[in-house]
Amino acid sequence: MSALEPLLSVEDLQVAFKTQDGFVPAVRGVSFDVYPGETIAIVGESGSGKSTTAHAIINLLPGSGRITGGKVLFEGRDLSQLKRGEMEAVRGKEIGLVPQDPMNSLNPVHRIGFQVEETIRANGLATSKRDVRKRAVEVLKEAGLADADQRLRQFPHEFSGGMRQRVLIGIGLSSHPKLVIADEPTSALDVTVQKKILDHLEHLTAERGTAVIFITHDLGLAAERAENLVVMHRGKIVESGPAREILQNPRHPYTKRLVSAAPSLASQRIQAAAATGAPIGSVEVEGEEPTLSLLTVAERAAEASVDAPPVIEFRDVTKVFKIRTGGPRSIPFTAVDKVSFQVPKGSTMALVGESGSGKSTAAKLLLRLEDITSGTIHVDGKDITELGKQELLALRRKMQPVFQDPYGSLDPLHNIGNTIAEPLNVHRVGDAKTRKARVLEVLDQVALPQTVLARYPNELSGGQRQRVAIARALALKPEIVVLDEAVSALDVLVQAQVLNLLAELQSELGLTYLFITHDLAVVRVIADHVSVMQQGKIVEQATVGEVFDNPKTAYTRELLAAIPGVDIPLGA
Amino acid sequence: MLWYIVRRLLQGIPVFFGSTFIIFSMVFLTPGNPVLRMFGDRTPAPEQVAALEEKFHLNEPFLTRYFLYLGDILQGNLGTTYAGQSVNEILARTFPTTLRLALLAVIIQLVIGVLVGLISGLRKGGIFDNVSLLVTLLIISMPVFVLAFVAQWIFGIQLGWFRPTVGAGAPWSDLILPAIVLAGLNMAYVVRLTRASVIETSQNDFVRMAYGKGLSRGRVIPVHILRNSMIPVTTNLAADFGILIVGATVTEGIFNVPGVGNELFKAINRGDTPEIVSIVTILVIVYVLVNIAIDVLYGVLDPRIRYVK
Repeated sequence: MSALEPLLSVEDLQVAFKTQDGFVPAVRGVSFDVYPGETIAIVGESGSGKSTTAHAIINLLPGSGRITGGKVLFEGRDLSQLKRGEMEAVRGKEIGLVPQDPMNSLNPVHRIGFQVEETIRANGLATSKRDVRKRAVEVLKEAGLADADQRLRQFPHEFSGGMRQRVLIGIGLSSHPKLVIADEPTSALDVTVQKKILDHLEHLTAERGTAVIFITHDLGLAAERAENLVVMHRGKIVESGPAREILQNPRHPYTKRLVSAAPSLASQRIQAAAATGAPIGSVEVEGEEPTLSLLTVAERAAEASVDAPPVIEFRDVTKVFKIRTGGPRSIPFTAVDKVSFQVPKGSTMALVGESGSGKSTAAKLLLRLEDITSGTIHVDGKDITELGKQELLALRRKMQPVFQDPYGSLDPLHNIGNTIAEPLNVHRVGDAKTRKARVLEVLDQVALPQTVLARYPNELSGGQRQRVAIARALALKPEIVVLDEAVSALDVLVQAQVLNLLAELQSELGLTYLFITHDLAVVRVIADHVSVMQQGKIVEQATVGEVFDNPKTAYTRELLAAIPGVDIPLGA
Repeated sequence: MLWYIVRRLLQGIPVFFGSTFIIFSMVFLTPGNPVLRMFGDRTPAPEQVAALEEKFHLNEPFLTRYFLYLGDILQGNLGTTYAGQSVNEILARTFPTTLRLALLAVIIQLVIGVLVGLISGLRKGGIFDNVSLLVTLLIISMPVFVLAFVAQWIFGIQLGWFRPTVGAGAPWSDLILPAIVLAGLNMAYVVRLTRASVIETSQNDFVRMAYGKGLSRGRVIPVHILRNSMIPVTTNLAADFGILIVGATVTEGIFNVPGVGNELFKAINRGDTPEIVSIVTILVIVYVLVNIAIDVLYGVLDPRIRYVK
């Protein structure tokens, strides 16, 4: 086969999901080619049909999904017409899969070795017990797990997310397939791990000339890893072509919005905008509400006063957990280790670090959801660790949290109106009438229509839910808002909206934010000060500008380098 | 692991004292004089009554009687019935039969229940699924004695497939019908639990990954779907065991199975305190042990479970 023949050719693919009201289209006439050895990225928000397209190729559509039209030609064969047995022969052997969520993509009840070996056997790479074992060890070694012999005997829960994804990459590439579909392979991982994993995947596929379809919602990541991009929106391809060209010169309005909203690209974009003197980003698409440009966020954040007296002050705060072992004893684990920082009134302090660095524990200590082991936390000059029940209630009235998971932090049995009113009821603020007025007021502040009041959380989108969570936090007119990964679960466009909202509310109401995140790219557009945490300790503390321009510790540099797309120059 | 089992066994001790105390006081509170009941229609002489009451400590205060009984039990002596039989002997005679009946019932409920539940779960919303949901609902809604009498009448009397009551020595073939009845209720729960569990497991990413890495359906279903779905089903067996004991008492009575349940049933009618308390205590101990065994099994089925606290 000549190099000019596409390996995979998707022609006018249509996919629909069967519902009570008939078929609802999810993919509407998608066409693209993948050449041998080429990496293409399909980019889009959740619900854009990018994952559905990928799953349709290997006929693994969930539940009621059906291919309703078009062709999937793989080396000239139409995969959509294959019988079940024929398809099972293609999967794994010809087309590998690297799944989205490493935490849930390995069967928790089987050993790692078992799951690698069954792949090897199913794809006929080895048959005798010894050969299968030998090949399994090779696969794990290629995947970058050094002590593969021992690893085979372990269970998935004994592996970190990054290690699991390495195993899954190993499984996906074990039979040296011609094409690999990598479905958001790192969206569940820390940024620094993400970079290592993707480097590794790139190394393996480049070495073997494997073609890759890379599915992601992160435009920066896509541009960094793929030669060609396919941008999807509402089941259609809105733009496709060479990655850098699209990034530097997006033509379709939706692509322009994506480029302007991607936080990983924001730093370059701000400089570019400064050079031309015009904000980029507020482009309207198909009657949707326009997003504010991130530039305004950055500007407003910068306006926040940094010389005001500290509202929050951590002094040598330490938290030790007791870890239970199998026996009668327990071992101590220091989650937060002598952490000190101050947050001036009206400003934003970002606590940055990987999972396990203790940043969320620090937030819980501030909220008094956990008791501190030693040290003091002062809020408005008062030591909160000493507070009695009444004083604690008063403290919580002026300090409200917003958590990461908008799906988990709203009670599914309460409608939105009751959810937002709950803190007002708990703290007995005003009467029924004024409470109702306050609910409407905050709803307006987070730009949600009054019609959502009677709705339930499952009827709202992720972005809307996070707005509800913010509205609930604002209901009591707090002075401090603790945002624990409050935008991490959101798509880029929604993320940009919520960040804008937070910055606006801060300048309007003079709020102080403690912003917990693992994503330095977001920090740049929202924070004034940054504290980088590693293994419970603060390793670097400075203003946002200093951290980005002149990182002092190797760990911070590592975090910065891990922001995808950081090296890609953008056209103005 | 060993530490965990030791701890669980130690936790069984208060359960033992609590349950014997509750059962003992409940039987104590039941109206009627057991001595008078022993004589049926005849009226015994007052000296006879006094002698028997003395022999069985019936005149002692409640707590004294309880501690006397407890002392006996701790020495391995489960006491004698008011009719003078040793409870140890009665249990030795009846327990093996009940064990066989229960074993047969558990096998039936697991094999049929899991199979039907698996097919229902894999074909959610299909005809098979709907029929099995309807039938299991019927079974769950029916008291076990109705189920027993209906089965006895249809299969034992009308069709003549089985003997309607169990004959001497309780051969396996005679135990099949009572075992099916006994299994019925739990089987319905097993079907529904397996079905729900299979549906939930099938939606996991690792199932899609299993197909994605090239496995056939013939491998994914048993190894990745059924295997994981069995975890809740197995743990639920512990709770089902209580239903099994209650069901055994009723079923054994109706089918005249010479087992523990039948014996207990008769003892309750006689108001035979030592026998009732002893049999129920033994059943409680078995229940506690079965629960510990299943909790340990849980850890084998699901390697993520670690025995701490």
